[in-house]
This record gives sequence, C-alpha cells and structure tokens, in this order.
Amino acid sequence: MDAAELLTRYEQMAVIRRTERAAHDLFLSGLVKGTTHLAAGHEAIAVGASAALRDDDYVFATYRGHHHAMARGATPEECLAELMSRATGLCGGKGGSMHLTKASTGMLGSYAIVGAHLPMAVGAAWSARMRGTGQLAVAFFGDGATNIGAFHEALNLAAVWKLPVLFVCENNLYMEYTPIADVTAVARPAADRASAYGLPGETVDGNDVVAVRDAVARLARRARAGDGPALLEAETYRHFGHSRADPAAYRPAEEVERWLKHDPLDLARGRLVELGVAEERVSEADARARDVVARAVEAAKAAPAPDPGTALTDVWADGGAAWRT
Amino acid sequence: MADVISYREAVAEGIAREMRRDPAVVCLGEDIGAAGGVFKTTAGLFEEFGPERVWDTPISEQAIVGAAMGAAMTGMRPVAEIMFSDFLACCWDYLANEIPKVRYMTGGQVTVPLVVRTANGGGLGFGAQHSQATENWAFTVPGLKIAAPATPADVVGMMAAAIRSDDPVVFFEHKGLLASKGAPAPPGHLVELGRAAVVREGADVTLVALASMVRVALKAAELLAAEGIEAEVIDLRCLVPLDTATVLASLGRTSRLVTVEENPYQGGWGATLVSVVADEGFGLLDAPVRRVAGECVPLPFADALEERVIPTVDKVVAAVRHLAAY
Repeated sequence: MDAAELLTRYEQMAVIRRTERAAHDLFLSGLVKGTTHLAAGHEAIAVGASAALRDDDYVFATYRGHHHAMARGATPEECLAELMSRATGLCGGKGGSMHLTKASTGMLGSYAIVGAHLPMAVGAAWSARMRGTGQLAVAFFGDGATNIGAFHEALNLAAVWKLPVLFVCENNLYMEYTPIADVTAVARPAADRASAYGLPGETVDGNDVVAVRDAVARLARRARAGDGPALLEAETYRHFGHSRADPAAYRPAEEVERWLKHDPLDLARGRLVELGVAEERVSEADARARDVVARAVEAAKAAPAPDPGTALTDVWADGGAAWRT
Repeated sequence: MADVISYREAVAEGIAREMRRDPAVVCLGEDIGAAGGVFKTTAGLFEEFGPERVWDTPISEQAIVGAAMGAAMTGMRPVAEIMFSDFLACCWDYLANEIPKVRYMTGGQVTVPLVVRTANGGGLGFGAQHSQATENWAFTVPGLKIAAPATPADVVGMMAAAIRSDDPVVFFEHKGLLASKGAPAPPGHLVELGRAAVVREGADVTLVALASMVRVALKAAELLAAEGIEAEVIDLRCLVPLDTATVLASLGRTSRLVTVEENPYQGGWGATLVSVVADEGFGLLDAPVRRVAGECVPLPFADALEERVIPTVDKVVAAVRHLAAY
C-alpha cells in the first residue's frame, strides 16, 4: 500500500473512530436510544478489507457494524441520523444501530441474530457465481459466532459448492462478556475450524490495516479464481464494552493497556511516518475527520423524526403492509 | 394434455413452468436433484434444467434458507425446499427474523423474492415430528406471504404467483394431497395470491377451509345437503394475504361460520379469521362461530389416534348441525 492510499485509509479509520465516539457521547446525552455496539478498535478490519474489494462486492455485517457501513460508503451523517431515530438515517429510522445497511453500495445489512448472515453471504456468492459476475461476498462476524450452527452450515455449503465467499472473523477475545477461550474447544475460534471444512484458515493482525488488506486481497483473488472460500481470523480488541450497558470491567487492566497501545490508528500513523509522510499531513487528515463528524452530528441533530405513517410502509415490495384483501 | 394430473406432478410442473420463463429461478434443497425429491415433487427438474439450476444441499436447513435469502437479495429467484414443514423449526430464525424483516428494517432497501416450499400436514402416519400442520407458525410473522393450495391446478397457478412475487412466500404442499388428482392447469395459469375460491355455493352456512381440509369440508357439505342443509365452502388458498372480503361476503348470504383447520385450535389461523368477523361482520351472524380444528396435542402415530386429533368429515358435520339448530 503506497503512502497516498495509506493516508486515505487512515482518514477513513479516523472518521469511523470519531463517529463511534460521537455515538457514545450522543447515547450519554440521551439522543441515541436502545443500545449500540461500538466498533472502535475494529476499524482496520473494515477499512483494510474494503480496500481489497471491488465496488460491486457484497458485504454482510453484524450488529457491531457501523465500521462496515462506513467502510462501504455510508456517511457518518447517515449512520448517526439512524442511531438518533431520524428520517434521514440510512434506514429511515426503521433499523437503528444494529441494522445499518447501504444496499446501493453492496453493504447488504447488519444482522443482530448471531451467525445468521453467514448463510446469506454464501447465497450472495452462489448468486454471483450463477450470474457470472465475478463478484465476491464477505461475511464479517465476531468470535462468538463460531460456536453457532449457522457458522458451520455456511462453511460446509460454501466449501462444497466452492463459492467466492470470504468469512472474516473479528476476534476481539470476548463473546459478549465471556472470554471466548473459556467457551471454545480450540485456541483459534475461527481459523482452527477451517480444516474441518477443507478451507484455508489464516490469522492476521486485525489492527494492521495493511496486513488486513493484503490478506483479504490474497484470499479474494483465490476465491474469484474459482478456488473456493476461505476463513480469515483477524485479532482485534474493543475499545468499549460489548454494548452500551457494559463497562467491560471483566477485562484485565494489563490486557486493556496492551491492546490500547496496539491501536489501529497509531499503527497506521507509524507506518505513514516510516513511509516519509509529514506529521502535518496526518494531522490534517485528523482535522478533516473531526470536522466531518462534527458536521454530521449537527446535521443529524437537526434532521426531522420519521413521519409516523412510514411505520406502515416497506413490509412488501409494493411499499405497503397490507396483510389481507 | 392429460385429463388429470396429480398434486405431486403439479408441484414439479408449476416450478418447471417458471424455470422455463425466467432464468433467475433456481431450486435448492435436500435430495431434490437427481433423486427428484423425497416426495417426487421435483421429479424431472434436474433432467430438464441441470445442476446449475437444481442444487442438492446437505442437511443444513439454515444454510438452505439463508443461502436462498442471500441469492434473492442479489438478483435470483430461489425456490428452497424444506423437506417436512416440521423442519422449518430448524431454520425458523430465517422465517421469523431475517427474511420477513430485512426489507422493513432497512427502510425498503432490499427485496427478498424467494419461495420456501415444504411438505405439510398429517394423515399419512409419519408421527409427531413429520406430520404437523405448521401454517399457523408462519401466520404469526408479519412479512411472510403464505400459500397452501388444495388442488393440482391451484398448485400450478399459485406456484407461478409465488415465484413471480417480489415478496417472500412460504408454500405449503399438503402431504395428504400429493396423490390426489384433478384437472391440469391451462397454459399460463396464474392464481393471484390472496384470492379465496368459493368452491361450493350454499345459503345456510359458510365453511372456510385450507389445503386438505377443503376436501373434508366438501364431503361434509355433501352429507349435509342430504339433510337439507346447504353449506357454502370457501377454499382460503392463502393465509397472507388473507381474503377476508370473500368470507364476509359469504356470511352476508349464510349468517353462519365454521372454520375447518388442521392446525391446532390454539393459535390456529381460524382464530384470526374469526376475530376479523367479530370486528367487522358481527351483525352478519345469526349464530356463534364454530372452529373445527386440530386438538392441542402433538400429532400421534396410530390411525385411530391421528383421526381423533385431526378434523374429520364427521366432526365438521356435527359442528354444522349444531349451528343450523341454533
């Protein structure tokens, strides 16, 4: 990755980080209801993977999915407006934090039933193969999803049909509040399962945007060439708790400190300096990110609530909700 | 064209017609390819359309329906088979949380034009885990269309409507009807979803039935006619959209309502239909409504026990006599 691209990726990650912080602050000030599952700390996985994908590839994410929506083109304003129940949100206020979707750019949804979207990604890849488009589908999921049936059904079917789909595990070491190691039979919850399905199972530093980009690019080339799916386990760490209700007090202070020192933005910044990019240029990118998110917060705050009448739209393809004739 | 066609043959015929007219239609499921399906309801499809359109899957209900969903969101029109409707429970997340909700929760960004076909219902002695009438499970979920044809021609016409629908459709094929025969469907036959059929006219009582219960209701109507009671029989055909207009119009003529449901009384579709009648058609009624439904037990195995649980002609006749005397 050259310096110019890395700077672009850095800025994308900075926008995501600041959007997540804004979401956190807006929640505390009562402007975001329900819950949020913030992806601060996971930015390099979404941005690095996206850098390796074609614009027409498909992405399926989880309820911790703000970073994937933004990596695939959703603006901070669209995301924050959705979190704040505004008509201008990505889903018009019908989805909320857990269901950010931008179908127009192939980001086909954030799903909040753990593991459910892995078979969907298999289906999108199956569809791409039948239509002969050369598209790839990518399912991003957490370490907790590796112990649910849909994960295993999806891997097997994708392998049997040799589909162009990548399974990318964001292993942040905790299944909600419980260490994943305490509830999983193998050390690497995703990668160690790959051999059961005859798939390559790789691990990568999920906080290194360049390493993620390189790994995804390699596996994507392979999948597009007809060599089948692959599993990539990207190790990372949440900067916040599992959800809004969780202060994550169960994580050892030493572990938190170690991971915070391994921050994806700091890593990218270090690489930029190594590549000879002036500190000033990086600071300018930070400033742009800050401004974009600040403007997004104000725009989302100013946006109207959805028209209550829209609660009865969008069930059916004709736009309506009639269940009887 | 053959004089008659079986319900079983009609399933394959209905799918084949749509596969011929639209290359986006593909099938997936367990044993549906060269084997032609465990009920032979996909016989001939693999031979005609080949392995790129008819896909055998592992026993992975979540992967089958989840993959169908992903394909439907990206330009295909998949027809997924879940072998027995009892097995819908293995992939219920997709029918309860994913397929019916994704369009809504994304603010209309995606559509899911797929069909989940499944062999439904009792009467064949398959026991508790292969015999349940589960159409009422789907009926609890806003966002699913529900078709349950009673005749071979309707199978073809409703299959065409289901596959062409831009909305997800759960298509219940009744196991007890697979061997039954009827008039073949004319070319291009299309039965719009949500249009009930008045299959027998009568002025004294309205019997509303679905799938295999239509036959039961018609036989009961014949016996009742001999006693001077003229029953009108409505084949509901679909639960969503629910054709309440046809039912209310019929009650305007008969003033008496009996539902005939294979699903258990608790949570059965008749309860919703009757509540609409109570809300909007109370003034039409001259007698209480009566629901003849499955008993609230798992389906037992032995014939004598299964007949005790599922509605029979005798039970319907008794219910109507009771109402006629009211």
